[in-house]
Amino acid sequence: MTGPLLSIETLTRDYALRGKGGATRTLRAVDGVSLAVEPGSVFAVVGESGCGKSTLARIVMALDRPTSGTVRLGGDDLFALGPKALARKRRDFQMVFQDPYGSLNPRHSVGRIVAEPLHLLDDAPRGRERRALVARALEDVGLPGSAAERYPHEFSGGQRQRIAIARALITNPKLVVADEAVSALDLSIQAQILRLILSLRDRHGLTVLFITHNIGVVDEIADRVGVMQAGRLVETGPVREVLDHPREDYTRTLLAAEPTLAVLGQRKRRA
Amino acid sequence: MTALAKLPGPVLRLRRGWRPGSAALLIGGILTACLVGIALTSLVWTPEDPARMRILQKLKGPLVSGLLGTDHLGRDVASMLMRGAFNSLTTAFAAVAVGAVLGTLAGVAAAAGSKFDAVLMRICDALFALPPILSAIMLGALLGPGALTAIVAIGVFMIPVFARVTRGAAMQIWAREYIMAARMAGKGTARITVEHVLPNIAGQIIVQVTIQLAMAILTEAGLSFLGLGLPPPAPTWGRMLAESQTYLLQAPHLALAPGLAIAVAVLGLNLLGDGLAARLDPRRRQAS
Repeated sequence: MTGPLLSIETLTRDYALRGKGGATRTLRAVDGVSLAVEPGSVFAVVGESGCGKSTLARIVMALDRPTSGTVRLGGDDLFALGPKALARKRRDFQMVFQDPYGSLNPRHSVGRIVAEPLHLLDDAPRGRERRALVARALEDVGLPGSAAERYPHEFSGGQRQRIAIARALITNPKLVVADEAVSALDLSIQAQILRLILSLRDRHGLTVLFITHNIGVVDEIADRVGVMQAGRLVETGPVREVLDHPREDYTRTLLAAEPTLAVLGQRKRRA
Repeated sequence: MTALAKLPGPVLRLRRGWRPGSAALLIGGILTACLVGIALTSLVWTPEDPARMRILQKLKGPLVSGLLGTDHLGRDVASMLMRGAFNSLTTAFAAVAVGAVLGTLAGVAAAAGSKFDAVLMRICDALFALPPILSAIMLGALLGPGALTAIVAIGVFMIPVFARVTRGAAMQIWAREYIMAARMAGKGTARITVEHVLPNIAGQIIVQVTIQLAMAILTEAGLSFLGLGLPPPAPTWGRMLAESQTYLLQAPHLALAPGLAIAVAVLGLNLLGDGLAARLDPRRRQAS
């Protein structure tokens, strides 16, 4: 297959807000967004909270429907698929969530959590084979296979995020959407998880849509970046180009607001 | 109950050390265990046959004839109290089971974002507005007094209580990210409810069950007092109270015994419920 793995065209999502006195107005959370992600690359969407980037993630994950526009994954329009076909397609795209404390059911064992997306496979392995698959997935993210028998509260935030990544990868998806996947973690742990995502990308040829408010993280992980403001994608391009020579004022504002270690070091030297 | 015993995590596991609600849990647990123990014992043994009348022994004081004396027909009060505990508890359990099962179903369905949410909750509001005792009198006139009337009357009015608690708790669970992960795994509403929502709200439902059991015992006593509970000769705490009225000055122990029994049973269950609630409250639960 050639061409982008994920292509989004003029995607728009409106929400009806009911104001006082029954008056309705529409909030355009995502406004005519188009972007394409090449297979095996990391595309970061960056923007401040409320800019519509999480709505974009939800739509790409087919958890929400767009008002207009299309999302194509490997050539198939996600919202033209019937429920059965969409369920079949879901094995190709999975998600890693922001809060590693909220994204794992505290009552389920880690093994059960990681195996959950196997529900999507008609010929999902059972018994010993299933346990071996879960153990491999856990080892793939740097956890011992024996973690499967333990419960989420026995793990740290970074370890929990590794569990969430193992869950996202168990069906061998082509695309993983990471919605603020490192925002809730300590800086040192953030770096570990980012390195893990990159190494998984290299090992499995994964394509990653990385959603974040943190432009410093973009620098670490992305090949290309799209800057989102008030529902629109205001600037797109290779990460070095956008970060080093931003064309948009908004991108410059974001960059200036981000106290990355490098910038902090520069300021210190200048002082 | 086996499903509950299998719940992992810190929910129902008793831990060492003094923690919030420990005193309430301990005292409530002991009182409730005594209550259940006495009720079950009454099935195989009571000091006397609780229905046997010995007219020559009537209105004897405590320790003069039997542990707690005799009533106006010479029946042994202690034996009646024991069998009455069993009758009260079975009616209360059955009523709470009706309310908990139907209420939980309604609450879970409402929280799952079904289109019935508004309808279900308005029905619950309407049920809430009706006082159970008055409705039970109405129902008693319709069905005739008896265990079924009491169970239906009490149970139906517990549905909205359980529906609301369940709906609120379930909606909190539905907002969690692991629900989104389950949807990403292609799981439907019913499956997510069974696998993710119910296990996570089971604790809150159990707390509500204990508190509502106390309410049910109280209401059942009220209904029996009014003659709408189990028909004679089955002894109930409510009827023992009603019959004691005539002899209040002559034999105050006849009123005190069932009155105290009701109070202690309600207190025990309420303490148990409060203790469990404190244990389960995430704000008061220490991170493990």
